[in-house]
Amino acid sequence: MLSDQQIERKSLEYRRDILRWIKLAGAGHTGGSLSCTDILNVLYNRIMRVGPETFTSPDRDRYVQSKGHSVEALFVVLADKGFFRSEELATLCRYQSHFVGHPTRKIPGVEQNTGALGHGLPISVGMALGGKLDKATFRVFTLLGDGELAEGSNWEAAMAASHYKLDNLTAIIDCNTLQISGHTKDVMNNEPLADKFKAFGWAVKSVDGHSIDKLTAALCEPLEAGKPNAIIAKTIKGKGVSFMENVGKWHHGVPSDEQYQLAMSELNAALKALPEDSL
Amino acid sequence: MSAPAPSLFSEAAISTATALGLTLGRANLEVFSETLIELASENPHLLAVTSDSRGSGKLVPFAKALPKQIVEVGIAEQNLVGIAAGLSSVGKNVFAVSPACFLTARSLEQVKNDIAYSDNPVTIVGISAGVSYGALGSTHHSLHDIAALRAINNIRIINPADNYEAREAVKAAAACQQPVYLRFGKAPLYNLPTAEAFDTQKIRVLKQGSDVTFLATGETVIHTLLAAQALEAKGVKCNVASVPSIKPLDKEGVLGLAANSKAIVTVEEHMMNGGLGEACAALIAQAAIKPKFKIVGIPDEYTVTGSQADIFQHYGITMEGLSETMLHLLWSL
Repeated sequence: MLSDQQIERKSLEYRRDILRWIKLAGAGHTGGSLSCTDILNVLYNRIMRVGPETFTSPDRDRYVQSKGHSVEALFVVLADKGFFRSEELATLCRYQSHFVGHPTRKIPGVEQNTGALGHGLPISVGMALGGKLDKATFRVFTLLGDGELAEGSNWEAAMAASHYKLDNLTAIIDCNTLQISGHTKDVMNNEPLADKFKAFGWAVKSVDGHSIDKLTAALCEPLEAGKPNAIIAKTIKGKGVSFMENVGKWHHGVPSDEQYQLAMSELNAALKALPEDSL
Repeated sequence: MSAPAPSLFSEAAISTATALGLTLGRANLEVFSETLIELASENPHLLAVTSDSRGSGKLVPFAKALPKQIVEVGIAEQNLVGIAAGLSSVGKNVFAVSPACFLTARSLEQVKNDIAYSDNPVTIVGISAGVSYGALGSTHHSLHDIAALRAINNIRIINPADNYEAREAVKAAAACQQPVYLRFGKAPLYNLPTAEAFDTQKIRVLKQGSDVTFLATGETVIHTLLAAQALEAKGVKCNVASVPSIKPLDKEGVLGLAANSKAIVTVEEHMMNGGLGEACAALIAQAAIKPKFKIVGIPDEYTVTGSQADIFQHYGITMEGLSETMLHLLWSL
């Protein structure tokens, strides 16, 4: 198993790749991809039993990215896991490429097509319910944005998940507190978020969404038998690049040449600062 | 005191049906439920998913017979379709059952993205479609569903005209590797003349004639067959075809009838916008065939209030109304 420091190294490399492909495509959801990078890293490198060789197995763990716009983070992690060659991401958003700006099943490793918000949790409830009906052991993970929780379909699904006692389901909320038109608390306040999920019958844990060990501890097994799991991951939009952090315009901002160089030099410096045993 | 339930058929229409040897069957919904029990008994992965709709979907016997194969999601149609997609993706053969009015409007985005675009071969079953709910009003009518789903890639639309077509449609949907929309009304239906076994993707020619053609779908088909009989007494020979599959449309079948007809009337329990009629019109126009052509359906207006029979009568979806419409079209300049 990879050490915490090896995982941290991967996060920095993923962030470089995210920026690289967004810069090349001239499009992408930069801020949200950077906020969920550590979550995806821990899921795919620590928690989930899935890889290119097991992707067609009925017993594999499933991941549905409900906040589909942060697809660049997912693509970069899937490439690293060997689902496809990283170089294929050079076609991101290009004519006739399957690498469109939201996840599709045309891409190896993607479980479900997403992009319209408020769809991932209901689909994940169906998957987890199917698992329960078959007495299967797989777990289902879904990643939602905090702004996305204004979609009512999430709460229909939240009710169904506890009704059916889906402890094999984990919803991770990428709580980066910003959405396209401003601060989530100003656009449509969703607090107290933990209380809402608890009131819907979920087991809830709030964690630092950039802490490898805390994410690992929260995700490694279901929190409580008979209850679906909500992990409220406190994150920073644009995490890892000083001038992008907590700045709303980077929701789908594409760096200029100068900004790109600066961002890369920051990430390279952070990589250099990691101890050698993280290699 | 309640008003006597109006009939969908006049006394003359009933006499015509009797003279044709037609017998009254059951509501398609009942046939759906019965067929689904048969299929699910043989396939433990076949699930019915309902949104507080097991009663209106006639699925109470299914729930009693196969309690582990019915999933309730409560009054939550978006969740119904999302959950159905998730169940399908882990290997279940899913029939998601809800009133057509809600299923194809409130959860249209889930149908588009989670089922059709994602290629999860769920069968969505619109119950009490068209104006089956009659006097409950427009909130409960689904007169938009065919138009909405015709505009979505990767979903078939099947609208059966009698119990035979309904049974074949349910079996075809269960075996289909593609998303399907099944559309059922709740009125008891006449059993239409059965010829050889038919393919649900093909038109079903119920009567052949050399002058004009009725192309109809769902619960309106019987009225065209009776109208054709009435027209025969006036010397007009009609083709009558049921068109259960609106998408994909049986192009060869429709064009084959159109090529030899002086006039064509299409009939549907749906808005005249975007339904069977416009699908046929587009096909025929692009084939450069030029018969006289008229679409009978619900016009773009606030739908008249009343029972299904009242609404059919108002818009001329009766033996009398349709034979008159055909004669006007045939004799028009």
